[in-house]
Amino acid sequence: MKTIDTSGLGCPQPILMAKKALNENKEGIDVIVDNNTAKNNVERFCKNLGYSVECKSQGESFLLEVRR
Amino acid sequence: MKDKRNVILAGGLVGVIAVLLVHFGNPANMGFCIACFLRDIAGGLGMHRAGVVQYIRPEIIGLVIGATIMAMFSKEFSAKGGSSPITRFFLGIVVMIGALIFLGCPLRMVLRLAGGDLTSVPAIFGFMAGILAGGFFLNKGFNLKRNYVQNKVEGLVTPVFMIFLLVLLIVRPAFIFFSESGPGSQYAPIAIALAAGLIVGIFAQKSRLCMVGGIRDMFLLKDNHLLVGFIAIIVVAGIGNVIAGNFNLGFEGQPVAHTNHLWNFLGMFIVGWGSVLLGGCPLRQLILAGEGNTDSAITVMGLIVGGAISHNFGLASSGAGVTSAGQVAFVVCAVILLGVSIFNSEFLFGGE
Repeated sequence: MKTIDTSGLGCPQPILMAKKALNENKEGIDVIVDNNTAKNNVERFCKNLGYSVECKSQGESFLLEVRR
Repeated sequence: MKDKRNVILAGGLVGVIAVLLVHFGNPANMGFCIACFLRDIAGGLGMHRAGVVQYIRPEIIGLVIGATIMAMFSKEFSAKGGSSPITRFFLGIVVMIGALIFLGCPLRMVLRLAGGDLTSVPAIFGFMAGILAGGFFLNKGFNLKRNYVQNKVEGLVTPVFMIFLLVLLIVRPAFIFFSESGPGSQYAPIAIALAAGLIVGIFAQKSRLCMVGGIRDMFLLKDNHLLVGFIAIIVVAGIGNVIAGNFNLGFEGQPVAHTNHLWNFLGMFIVGWGSVLLGGCPLRQLILAGEGNTDSAITVMGLIVGGAISHNFGLASSGAGVTSAGQVAFVVCAVILLGVSIFNSEFLFGGE
C-alpha cells in the first residue's frame, strides 16, 4: 500500500497530496498526519469520495488507512 | 456532520458578536476586522502615526488567548515552525497592504456585506479571483515546505506577547498611542471586547473557521465544509444588523469604505491570493498562532508591520478612496505574490 507522509504541511497540502495519491492508487493509500486538523480534513475528503478510513494513533502522529 | 455544525455555530457566533461589538462601541461594520485591529495595534505601539487608527484592540488579544486555552484543553497545543518563515512574514505584509486598499480583512468584507455595504461585492469577487490564482499554483505543487516541532516555550511567545499587550492597554503608559478621533477612538469596553475575542477564539479554534478556506476548498475540492461558516456569518450578522437598525443597503456613504470598485476588487484579490499561499485567512493565522504555530505567529507580525508600512507610506485607502501610492503598492504586491508562487511551486523547481 502506498504511504504518503503529510507531517508538517499546512492547509490544504495534506488533502491535495491524498487526492493525488488516490488518483494514482484507486484501491487505497496510507496517510500519515501529525495534527487533528489534517486528520479530520483528510478523513472527510476520503469519506466524501466513498472510501472507508481507519485511524490509528502512532505517538504524536496518526496513520489513516484509506481503503476502497 | 458534527464538524460542520461546529463551523456553522462558530460562524453564527461571530455574526452575533460582531453586531454586539458595534452596538457596544466598535466602528460600524467593524465588529471584527483582523486587518484593521492589527493595524490599530501597530498604531497604538507607535509603529505608525496615523492618529485616527491607534488603539490596542482587546479582540485580537482574546482571539489568540482563546485559541491557546482551547488548544491546551483539547491537547492540540503544539509548538511548530520553520515552514518558510521569512516568506510568510513578507506575505503577511502583502496581505495587509491589500486589505487596507480595500479597508478590511476577509472577515470584515463579509461583515460589510451583512451591513448592506454593496461596495464589498466587487471585493468578494476580487477575493475569489485571488483564491483562484493561489489555487492554480496549489495545483502546480505550490507549498511552503514542512514545519518542525519547536520548543514549547517558542509556541507560548505569542500568547505571552498578547498578555503583555493587555497590560499595556490597561496600564495605558504615556508611550502608547490612543486615538482621540476616528475609528481608533471607537471601541467597545475592554472587558466586553476581550470576552468577545476569547469566545470567538475558542470556537474558531475548535471549528477551524477560515474565510479563505471556504472558497478555496469549494474551488479545489468541491467541499463546502468551511464555506457554510462564511455564509453563516453573513446570514446571522445580516439579521442582527436589521434588528439593531444598522442595515443600510447601498454603495454610497458606507462606514469606513470607499466606492472605487476596481480597487476594492484588486485589494481583496491580493488578500485572497496571499491568504491561499499562507494556508489561511488573517483570522486563521491568529488562531494558529495561539495554538503554538510560530509560522503563523511570524505571519501575524508581518500583518502588523504591513499595517505600519501602509500608513507610514500612504498606501492605505480612506473613505475618500484609494491613494496613488496604494496603486503602486498593489503592483509591487502582485509581483511579490507571483514570485513567491512560482519559485515555491514544484512544477518549476522540484520538490523536497
